[in-house]
Amino acid sequence: MRPAELLCPTPSGLYCPPGDFYIDPVRPVARALITHGHADHARSGHDAVMATPETLRIMATRYGEDFTRRRQEAMLGEWSEINGVTVSFHPAGHVLGSAQIAVEKDGFRIVVSGDYKRREDPTCEPFQPVPCDVFVTEATFALPVFRHPDDRAEIAKLIRSTEQFPERTHLVGAYALGKAQRVIALLREQGYDRTIFIHGALQRLCDLYKAEGIDLGDLQPATLERGGKADFAGTIVVGPPSAFADRWARRFADPVSCFASGWMQIRQRARQRGVELPLIISDHCDWDELTATIEEIGPGEVWVTHGREEALVRWCELQNIRARPLHLVGYEEEPE
Amino acid sequence: MKAFASLLDRLTLTPQRNGKIRLMVDYVASVPDPERGYGIAAITRDLSIASVKPAMLRALMAERMDEVLLGYSYDYVGDLAETISLVWPERGDGEHQPTLTEVVETLQRATRLDGPRLVEGWLDHLDASGRYALLKLVTGELRIGVTARLAKQALAQFGGKDVTEIEEIWHGLAPPYTELFAWLEGRTDKPVSAARGPFRPVMLSQALDEEADLPKIQPADYAAEWKWDGIRVQATSDQGVRRLYSRTGDDISGAFPDILELLDYEGSIDGELLVAREDQGSIAIAPFGDLQQRLNRKVISPKLIKSHPAFIRAYDLLQDGEEDLRALPFADRRKRLEAFVARLASPRIDISPLVPFDDPDHLAALRANPPTDARIHEVAEGLMLKRWDSAYVPGRPKGPWFKWKRDPFVVDAVLMYAQRGHGRRSSFYSDYTFGVWTGPEAAPELVPVGKAYFGFTDEELRELDRYIRNNTVDRFGPVRSVRAEPDHGLVLEIAFEGLNRSVRHRSGIAMRFPRVSRLRWDKPPSEADRLENLERMLPRDASPKKVRKASA
Ligand SMILES: [Zn+2]
Repeated sequence: MRPAELLCPTPSGLYCPPGDFYIDPVRPVARALITHGHADHARSGHDAVMATPETLRIMATRYGEDFTRRRQEAMLGEWSEINGVTVSFHPAGHVLGSAQIAVEKDGFRIVVSGDYKRREDPTCEPFQPVPCDVFVTEATFALPVFRHPDDRAEIAKLIRSTEQFPERTHLVGAYALGKAQRVIALLREQGYDRTIFIHGALQRLCDLYKAEGIDLGDLQPATLERGGKADFAGTIVVGPPSAFADRWARRFADPVSCFASGWMQIRQRARQRGVELPLIISDHCDWDELTATIEEIGPGEVWVTHGREEALVRWCELQNIRARPLHLVGYEEEPE
Repeated sequence: MKAFASLLDRLTLTPQRNGKIRLMVDYVASVPDPERGYGIAAITRDLSIASVKPAMLRALMAERMDEVLLGYSYDYVGDLAETISLVWPERGDGEHQPTLTEVVETLQRATRLDGPRLVEGWLDHLDASGRYALLKLVTGELRIGVTARLAKQALAQFGGKDVTEIEEIWHGLAPPYTELFAWLEGRTDKPVSAARGPFRPVMLSQALDEEADLPKIQPADYAAEWKWDGIRVQATSDQGVRRLYSRTGDDISGAFPDILELLDYEGSIDGELLVAREDQGSIAIAPFGDLQQRLNRKVISPKLIKSHPAFIRAYDLLQDGEEDLRALPFADRRKRLEAFVARLASPRIDISPLVPFDDPDHLAALRANPPTDARIHEVAEGLMLKRWDSAYVPGRPKGPWFKWKRDPFVVDAVLMYAQRGHGRRSSFYSDYTFGVWTGPEAAPELVPVGKAYFGFTDEELRELDRYIRNNTVDRFGPVRSVRAEPDHGLVLEIAFEGLNRSVRHRSGIAMRFPRVSRLRWDKPPSEADRLENLERMLPRDASPKKVRKASA
């Protein structure tokens, strides 16, 4: 079987002709298999959605219970059949509920990893390598300059800064699904036990993480109802990055603007955004992890999608691994 | 190296002065000698260990990495040192990271040829942030937005001293400043500056409060002189050692070899550094733009020295031979200065003349209409008022000296673009680009003439921010383009200190120290100033009298 007969890129997303389903489609389709709950991968309006129970709950939280007509739960590691094609979900280590999707027919297997990372993350199951003929990898941070440092050292920087500047509010920009909860969980792991304040946009997702048994400690809404600016002096406030350019950010005393993102590795990026304390914490693989994962899995061929395809394809060429960019559209250039 | 590298990382991104000071205080409080001293020296640029050329770094990298991948990486990051710091393959176990001390002291002993090999070894053992700091140090490209003065202020705060005390001894000290830290920590006495040609902390003036202070300014108590529009300097010559210091104690001798040649005396003059234009043999001050041509240059060409000759206009005499004059009253120092300058008989060191006046009203009239001879009306920023009995004391004491600047220039301009501010103001549109009208009256067009931030109350800032958000016509990154038409737009009253010609700006002019002085919600944009009005304010030979408006 030629790989493209099992899975091929289309304007709606990756399509499996024999199984008649899409993976992470960007337009409404009859049947969608969803790797994880980020908005550019999990959209509403599909007739049927198959995903992990956590991802289905995230989608219901974001889009409402009627985000699809038919939900099908996929348990990690269990195999099922769709029109003669075998599909299975395996942990991707990206955010709560994130999965790689393995698609198999006639002994030929393609693994679509979605977004993934290899670092330890207290908020989700770790990535599991799955042997395959074709490995479909993301390339968000696929440049040799991206080598993310130990996230514990980054969190230690944040805690140290709150001690150095106790009169200022530390505003931490973090993507609402996954990153925000990971930052909070990492703070708790390092013994930060004070109340953490959160932007309203984070509330329901943090509640959902808590309901999944992830300890986020005492979280309170960052509202001014009970007092003035001084109440937030020396505290950590977590919110979506977009909120910081907004009027919302003005309620805080002399804020230190922090941003938890893999992009913060590049000084100019931090400077452009007016970030005072960059925290290099990523939910994607860095360069070393991407290349190590490909080496570990040892697929016959690599397909590279959303991000810096050209560098990873070049690296594969140098290793004599067959590789091609997929040029899928609709995934955010900068999903952090 | 770790502590130094993370200090650099934070300093570059911290906008506020106080934040920077606190970071440096914490650094010297938590890092031992001699490491902290070398760290401070790197920031004050008193450490010279540049030993590697960028081309050598590229060669080192090419041995380690595919050229295409390196190319993609460099294109993305845009800075060679940063790219290499990120892509360099780590070899070490992270435990044997070199200290800054080890790096500095090894390089000081090494030959230039050894540089690349040493750097290569250290890169293997540092983390990315440490590699970045190392590469910036050894290529001599450390730019972190911290002045030497600010670092000295941090040291002063750390030791509970006055910054002028540190400035005074700084030039007798050398990295890693262990005797300085011993004193700052109260373990020893203040180090005695044994160096020749030391810096003497400068006496500064307070701004005159016209209501409270002006009645006191009587000729019996105060001398008046013009405040010249150059930079304040201290020119010292001490047994063969000649130094030109800025008012913060930075040694700027290197940029002014022509001035050093003039210091054929034993003593220390406090004065204004100015650039002249040839004017029938006598000194004629050029506009500030000419002086800027000579500042911040590493190499000064003979051509520039000839076309932009520098000179000193003396205000005060601090040291005369063996004698320290600073405790004497100004009246006595002035007499000594007059004799000193007369003895020098140098065409390029003259004395700032006193301005005789009868009473405060007379002085006010002189300030509003400076004499046209010697182009004082163009190049004096205002008046300096000094008590005849004032001793020369460091810092900015209240009372003995006042500066009384002329009213700033004021124009009405139209808001064109707004940009988000930094730090506390990062959620507000608080930086503004404004323009004035040009082109035919019937179809006028705005040309940008400057950029300023808003120095007002939070209430006004909020109001302006709301206006910008509601009148945005385009956005690019942090910048918004705002509606600006003859009948729809916002007029800003802009105050500024002066104008220079500029080929870098489309308008052909550059404003000095512009600030938004008032929001003119009441004024239709069509009534804002035209470019011709600004052009008339440009300094030029035989220029018409300046257009000045009263400030708001
Ligand atoms: Zn994602």
